[in-house]
Amino acid sequence: MLKLLLIGIKDLQLMFRDRAALTFMLLAPFLLTIGMGFVTGRFSGGSTGISDIPVVIINLDKGDLGNALEDLFNSDELSDLMEPTASDSPEAARQIIDSDGASAAVIIPEGFTRSIIPVEGTMFDPNAVQPEAVQIEVYANPSRPTGAGIVKAIVDEFVSRVEEGRTRGMTSIIGLMQSGLLNPQNAETEARALFENVEETESTALTLRTDKKGAAAVEFDLLAYFAPGMALMFLMYTVSYGGRSILAERAQGTLPRLMISPTQTAQVLGGKVLGIFFMGVAQVGILILASTVFFQVKWGDPLGMVALILAAVFGAAGWGMLITAFARTPAQVGSTGSAIMLIFGILGGSFINLEQFPPFMRTISRITPNAWGLDGFTTLALGGTLKNLTEPIAALLLMGTVLFGIAVVMFNRSGIMQK
Amino acid sequence: MPPILEVQNLAKNYGNFAAVKGISFDIKEGEIFSLLGPNGAGKTTTISMLSTLYTPTAGDATIGGHSITKDPMAVKQMIGVVPQEIALYEDLTARENLVFWGQMYGLGGKSLNNRVDEVLEQIGLADKAKNRVKTYSGGMKRRVNIGVGLLHKPRLLFMDEPTVGIDPQSRRAILDTVKDLNKQGMTVLYTTHYMEEAQELSDRVGIIDHGELIALGTQKELTRQVGETETLILHIGENDDPEALAKSLNGVPDVLEAIATDHEVSVVANEAEEVLAAVVTKANERGIKIHSIDIREPNLEAVFLHLTGRALRD
Repeated sequence: MLKLLLIGIKDLQLMFRDRAALTFMLLAPFLLTIGMGFVTGRFSGGSTGISDIPVVIINLDKGDLGNALEDLFNSDELSDLMEPTASDSPEAARQIIDSDGASAAVIIPEGFTRSIIPVEGTMFDPNAVQPEAVQIEVYANPSRPTGAGIVKAIVDEFVSRVEEGRTRGMTSIIGLMQSGLLNPQNAETEARALFENVEETESTALTLRTDKKGAAAVEFDLLAYFAPGMALMFLMYTVSYGGRSILAERAQGTLPRLMISPTQTAQVLGGKVLGIFFMGVAQVGILILASTVFFQVKWGDPLGMVALILAAVFGAAGWGMLITAFARTPAQVGSTGSAIMLIFGILGGSFINLEQFPPFMRTISRITPNAWGLDGFTTLALGGTLKNLTEPIAALLLMGTVLFGIAVVMFNRSGIMQK
Repeated sequence: MPPILEVQNLAKNYGNFAAVKGISFDIKEGEIFSLLGPNGAGKTTTISMLSTLYTPTAGDATIGGHSITKDPMAVKQMIGVVPQEIALYEDLTARENLVFWGQMYGLGGKSLNNRVDEVLEQIGLADKAKNRVKTYSGGMKRRVNIGVGLLHKPRLLFMDEPTVGIDPQSRRAILDTVKDLNKQGMTVLYTTHYMEEAQELSDRVGIIDHGELIALGTQKELTRQVGETETLILHIGENDDPEALAKSLNGVPDVLEAIATDHEVSVVANEAEEVLAAVVTKANERGIKIHSIDIREPNLEAVFLHLTGRALRD
């Protein structure tokens, strides 16, 4: 285990001493991210580049809060971002989503308003039966994670503002009653007045988009898409660089020298793979750090981000090993790796949002670690956490495992690690 | 002294090509044994099998009683290998290289640092230890390459043509290092195609050609095979025909054998001076101008020539 680690660390050390490689691994994606930022108007306060997200609204509530949420999606402020259509049937809406007709369906169930604002005369009545909590459902289209994520972020923000307003108001009323400043007979009247205010200000979710403080919560920062997009694209270069080092070590004689040291073959190969993994993690980690510092990109849940980086690098490293296993010379790995980097970059959504691709292209894109990684980073940027990343992380881990398995079989056949 | 290395019918085939054809020899503890042979003779393949890098097609060898095929890890612990090519990380410093390779041989902590310091002193690079290897001359790289093989103080050191492509000064330093290591008790298997190196270093020599061990013994034993003869080396002009001259000299009295090589004719006789005049006369008769003449006493080159009909460098 120690030797495995030492070989991995040595490869990382060598990477940091290769200026040309560092330029390509770190500077190039950083500059391209800046370029994409300018092209899309991120730095000039222009549009987010994401628009007309198709969403189906099913308002079964018909109460004040349900109507407010429906109005929010139809508001002028969200007219560029959203393209809502109304429906009465949750089943029909789900079918639309399943057939890739929209990014998400927002199903506001009957009784949603009543579950938050009780009927008159029951608010402070200990004998009154309080309504059960009813939750809004966002039925998301998995093939359109960005749009679905934005819809979900808007709904979540709306609900949290309503909840926040209710909790704050009720706490105040109860506090006033306990201190004797408010007569219990007047409590419900005061509370309703507060709820009316909530209803008036529930459009804070709407105003979030124009309000500076709240903008980050709802508005999608395009750099949170392009920065990981570029990082993932150049990650493919890094993993092929790492794979190339296996063949380069064979050519320069250090691989045979490792093989005649008292080190197991599995330790040597494992160490090389670990080196690739370290390089990828270092590259993506540095790019994310730089984007945070220089562009104030908000990446979301740190735990989820770390898990996603590790999974994305694992998946990409599998591709790096596969390319190496098929190649005969370091130059072949370099040229194939660069070609695959570009193909996966385009196919995986590093330049163009995957939701703008036709369905079959979106399906093909799933062979790339870029697509899965971008799904995950988008989910995080829109407020998701580690628990929302099960699908992309599982897919990336599976991808890495399968590709490593194929690569090992190929290595055995080619005899690169054999005697 | 018991043998530290015993090789039995070791063979390696690549498809239909037999790189090593069932060779057998042994090396006693504390000796310097040279495998002498031209390029492509099978020296590197033999070392690669003995160092467990290649699996033999047939045969086996034991090092310190451990089979190279059945117990390779035990063998790896006992041997040090200096490969023919410079197998170092050029972007690491000499010290970093030595530390890394030391770790691969299971060294660590303070003992590793002390050992690295010792080796750096031994190879004469202590003052340049913090420079990256890519800034070194070829000779300096060769010395680090050797240093890596010494880190874990192996009982048996394999050195595969360690002086190829370096300046005479570095070559001298490497040969002296080999002698010093041997004085300290290290057994050395040294491969070379330079007859002078084998002659200077070796207790015993194995001559290998086309994958076969064609002669084996001490230098005295080997030179005895060609008799107590001397060799006249005639250096002739580029446009002259060495084959024709060799053919005509084969009929001269007291000439035992005349062999043409590249712009040279080697004339073997019991006493070189006795045939010298006749040889010069024969050359003049054929209009061949002799630029210079060397007289060589029996040596390994003559042995190789005698056994194969070719010079070592051919």
